[in-house]
Amino acid sequence: MSLGTDESSSTPNLFAPRHRRIFVGRRGLVASTVSSAVLIGVLVAIFFWAPGSATVRYYYFNGHNMWQSFVGHPQTGLLSVGRGFLTNIWMCLLCEVLILFFGLAVAWIRVSRSPVLTPFRVLATAYTDVFRGVPLLLVVFLVGFGLPALGLGFISSQSPDVYGCVALTITYTAYVAEVFRAGIYSVPNGQILAARSLGLTHGTIMRRVTLPQAVRPVMPPLLNDFITLQKDTALVSVLGAIEAARAAQIYESTVFNGSGLVVASLLFLAITVPLTRFTDRLLDRDRKRRLASLS
Amino acid sequence: MNDNVVLDLDRVVKRFGDNEVLSGVSLQLHRHEVVCLIGASGSGKSTLLRCANLLERIDGGSISLFGQSLLDERIDPDLVRRHIGMVFQSFNLFPHLSVLENILLGPVRALKRDRAEAREEALALLERIGLRDRADEYPDRLSGGQQQRVAIVRSLAMRPALLLLDEVTSALDPTLVGEVLDLLRDLAANGTTMLIATHEMNFARDVARQVAYLDHGVLVEQGTPEQIFSHPEHESTRTFLERVR
Repeated sequence: MSLGTDESSSTPNLFAPRHRRIFVGRRGLVASTVSSAVLIGVLVAIFFWAPGSATVRYYYFNGHNMWQSFVGHPQTGLLSVGRGFLTNIWMCLLCEVLILFFGLAVAWIRVSRSPVLTPFRVLATAYTDVFRGVPLLLVVFLVGFGLPALGLGFISSQSPDVYGCVALTITYTAYVAEVFRAGIYSVPNGQILAARSLGLTHGTIMRRVTLPQAVRPVMPPLLNDFITLQKDTALVSVLGAIEAARAAQIYESTVFNGSGLVVASLLFLAITVPLTRFTDRLLDRDRKRRLASLS
Repeated sequence: MNDNVVLDLDRVVKRFGDNEVLSGVSLQLHRHEVVCLIGASGSGKSTLLRCANLLERIDGGSISLFGQSLLDERIDPDLVRRHIGMVFQSFNLFPHLSVLENILLGPVRALKRDRAEAREEALALLERIGLRDRADEYPDRLSGGQQQRVAIVRSLAMRPALLLLDEVTSALDPTLVGEVLDLLRDLAANGTTMLIATHEMNFARDVARQVAYLDHGVLVEQGTPEQIFSHPEHESTRTFLERVR
């Protein structure tokens, strides 16, 4: 073996084997259209050929019942899934504000170094460990039935909606605190060194240097958590709060038609899909910016 | 004790685990004096600078600033660092702040100086390095040399008693090294007290009053540029200088 490049002058074969050639331009478009049509066709066919297809279509996808469950029918005591969904929306918005606030606070405490804060640091660590580990549904039960049982006046006499929000906030604060903490640790050490060498105090560095740089990279994971939070507001129904899923269940047990459940699902999708697309765009933009800054 | 001594490092020892990075390094920096630290990568130059402004805790020896021991537990490291400017190899400008805001952060937030006044001063400093028209831009729009000059000005805006410079041209394109070194030459000519870790031997020879050669955490020899570069006493100094030439 000689030290250096290949000395033989023959031209190497650079053509891809026939079965691995990539479809380009028009041919690519045709290929993707055909494969999509085939896939969708197969799925639809399975749905219609299934032995119970007619029953399922009547029970879940009945146009009349879908509309009825969406608008509700107050005279006959039927709750509106659409109105119930408004509860999901305000719960999710209110909780998100609280979660961002408390999540940031918990993360801040966890990365603090002041000896005075040691007990809080231990508490914050225990808190995130516990509530990231306990299923949300259990927290909803414990808060929703535990707090009223305490007999503590104001604390024990709230509506199911409020207990639901408390449970969601408790659990999601633990998730979001970890997201913020990851963001804080992602700030390059040189930034902290530069800030410290200017004689800035730990708190000022946190506020002026670390956090502004920690938040942007964690925007996508924060939005992810927001999307799951939006879905998880449905779990509050187990406490008797009348939100979309609960209203759909009531409709189902009264009229014996489950189309309301599909309506509720569609309403959730109407919020989560655009949010997911938005998150993806954000991620993509961030990735492009990172690539651009490397060059 | 000579009251011209700004920074006094006395038998400083620093270990990272079992690895002793500085084995009793002693060095004095006088007012208006420029001292250049030379030595291979990993010889302890950066660590020594970081120890000097308490970014690293030392394991032995002592450090004093204007005759005041910095190891005294009543000392507030944040206050100490306000008197010691530091410039890094990788600039470390804050990417979320404009050039002007980068410079203002220390004076306004640490020294609690009046914003308008600090702003005037910062703009005057930018004027001096010819970057006044870039004051509102973000660091990533500037070339490496411009960023490093802004970083130097950011340190100067604190009106420090001395500047520590940690291989400030090592991350730069060869074409951009000159503008940064020119700025440092200006500063030296104006009597700025500086401790400079550098690989630029010609620059060290021109600017330094004293040159100190570090090898594996030991200060092998120190002297005037003439002594160190033309008549090095130690074998290891000679070997090092031959290799960088």
